[in-house]
Amino acid sequence: MFEDILITIATAATPLLIAAVGEVVVERSGVLNLGVEGMMVMGAVTGFGVALTTGSPWLGVVAAIIVGMLFSLLFGFLTLTLVTNQVATGLALTLLGLGLSGMLGEGFVGLPGIKMSYLHIPYLTDVPYIGRLFFGQDPLFYVSILLTAGVAWFLFRSRAGLTLRSIGDNHTSAHALGIKVIGIRYLAVMFGGACAGLAGAYLSLIYTPQWIENMTAGRGWIALALVVFASWRPWRVLAGAYLFGAVSIGQLHAQALGVGVPSQLLSSLPYLATVVVLVLISRNRRLTMVNTPASLGRPFVPDR
Amino acid sequence: MRIELVKRPERSKLFAALSPFIALGLTLIAGAIMFSLLGKSPVEALYYYFIDPLREVWSLHELAVKAAPLILIAVGLSICYLSNNWNIGAEGQFIIGAITGSILPVMFPDFQSWIVLPLMLLMGVAGGAAYGAIPAYLKVRFNTNEILTSLMLVYVAQLFLDWMVRGPWRNPAGMNFPETRTFSPSAVLPEIWSASGRANWGFVFAIVAAVALWFMLSRTLRGFEVQVLGQSPRAGKFAGFSQSRMVFFAFLVSGGLAGLAGISEVSGAIGQLRPTISPGYGFAAIIVAFLGRLNPLGIIAAGLVLALSYLGGEAAQISIGVSDKVVRAFQGMLLFFVLACDTLILYRIRFVGASAAKTVEARQNV
Repeated sequence: MFEDILITIATAATPLLIAAVGEVVVERSGVLNLGVEGMMVMGAVTGFGVALTTGSPWLGVVAAIIVGMLFSLLFGFLTLTLVTNQVATGLALTLLGLGLSGMLGEGFVGLPGIKMSYLHIPYLTDVPYIGRLFFGQDPLFYVSILLTAGVAWFLFRSRAGLTLRSIGDNHTSAHALGIKVIGIRYLAVMFGGACAGLAGAYLSLIYTPQWIENMTAGRGWIALALVVFASWRPWRVLAGAYLFGAVSIGQLHAQALGVGVPSQLLSSLPYLATVVVLVLISRNRRLTMVNTPASLGRPFVPDR
Repeated sequence: MRIELVKRPERSKLFAALSPFIALGLTLIAGAIMFSLLGKSPVEALYYYFIDPLREVWSLHELAVKAAPLILIAVGLSICYLSNNWNIGAEGQFIIGAITGSILPVMFPDFQSWIVLPLMLLMGVAGGAAYGAIPAYLKVRFNTNEILTSLMLVYVAQLFLDWMVRGPWRNPAGMNFPETRTFSPSAVLPEIWSASGRANWGFVFAIVAAVALWFMLSRTLRGFEVQVLGQSPRAGKFAGFSQSRMVFFAFLVSGGLAGLAGISEVSGAIGQLRPTISPGYGFAAIIVAFLGRLNPLGIIAAGLVLALSYLGGEAAQISIGVSDKVVRAFQGMLLFFVLACDTLILYRIRFVGASAAKTVEARQNV
């Protein structure tokens, strides 16, 4: 029973974690991509569609990653090459993604999807109490943990990560040192797009294996809030994602048990929790100031 | 080949005026490509989208019905965006305004008098403004990012509306349908000219609001304050303008107008509350605001364009069987092109060929 609850929490947390870890890299490079929701929903519809037509969920995942990346390139071209306002462009990406996915996915509505199978290792998975938790989850769960560890190592233990963070903190100085600011930002944005696409595929191939219009239901935005909550640190993103996973699973269980509270109020709990958490974390102005990448959202035009 | 931006010595007036039109043109081209990929004749599709709805008087009225909420919300948002306050929760403020505005006709249906309608509108404005004040307060008091909080509150508002119409406010004589009782005639926003179509006074409110805010932005000190604090908070501080007061001002105005749009829509166009009362007006209005270049008068035109796309979507679905989902993809593309074209106002774009770049480098090395 306890193991079941933990596993469902992990299922709710994983898409948030994947998308948010990707966005950590983007924001650490000084770019604010508010289009996570749009890239995620595009990933969801692509993942579902490709898995359905080819019969292979893995091909769906790969396609979702590619589409997320291409979609983020659109954002990159506007904000990095044409130096448009990052907030507005991110919003545009979200609106475009929600619109396009609704259009592309219209034929998929109501079709039974393909669910990615869970890991099963003989003996290990069958260990009581902890076997399924550690050895019997969906493959992308392990990917999400590895991704978090990888990004944490990259950002704080590698030279390339240091370069990326330096761009995020002061792009003018980084440029003066001969670092290719725009090029590295493009790579960071694409990484974020790939992660968001993967997170979307998780929703349509594992969390609820079907296509529903707007099925991301604000998860991309919650992922953005998680990045702030985690003060741009990958392991704290993981903690935050599991906290949110617990809240959303908790409210689902409460709905199923039929507690005397309207289901709509329970459904709004994850959103309200996001607001509360944001308030708590941003209340400490100095802490936020220290952690926020100093160039976040600022336009950069190299002088030659 | 590489793209290089060269800063113009000053803002290009030419491109400031042209950029929305270039963006519209590019969207039409992209749309034509999209329709041919869908296997439809692009000429025919674009005709049904953008010409057909303009051919009859009743459908011009429908255009006004759709444009009214878009314009009302977008002019409010222009104040927000000009002053660098990113309110993207207009959809929620629209919904809450619709709910608070509906208190009288739903809970006191027997109270019928000429005063009902003005009271409803006022309560709608108050509700929308109060809901907009939440992210403003959190931003001023706790330094919380208003983008995320205002958006989260949209979901909360949608769920709240859903609960109201399924729970406490459900029509007792409505066969269990999730909707409130229909408004009594005294609570319905009248039509402007009912002989020819459905357009209601909401459109008049929208035009009045746009002109009033245009006047405020371009002719008053408060308007100047909005622009200064948006472009350079530091300069605004030296001028003695208060940043926090501006946050509240922007959110209250835009929330109030979104609330007015909400109650006008419910009272004028729908006549009761339902689980869904908006086809995403609050988000489409963001596109309207940018397409109108954050200028209230430009927003009137932009609102009509977006309203046309909604109508065209319906027309194209009926006549050539293109899904109405295409509309939102269209609208998203439009915003993309608008933002891209705005670059031309501040920068000249130069395409640098690989060989040219090399000669420049070589010259620099000498």
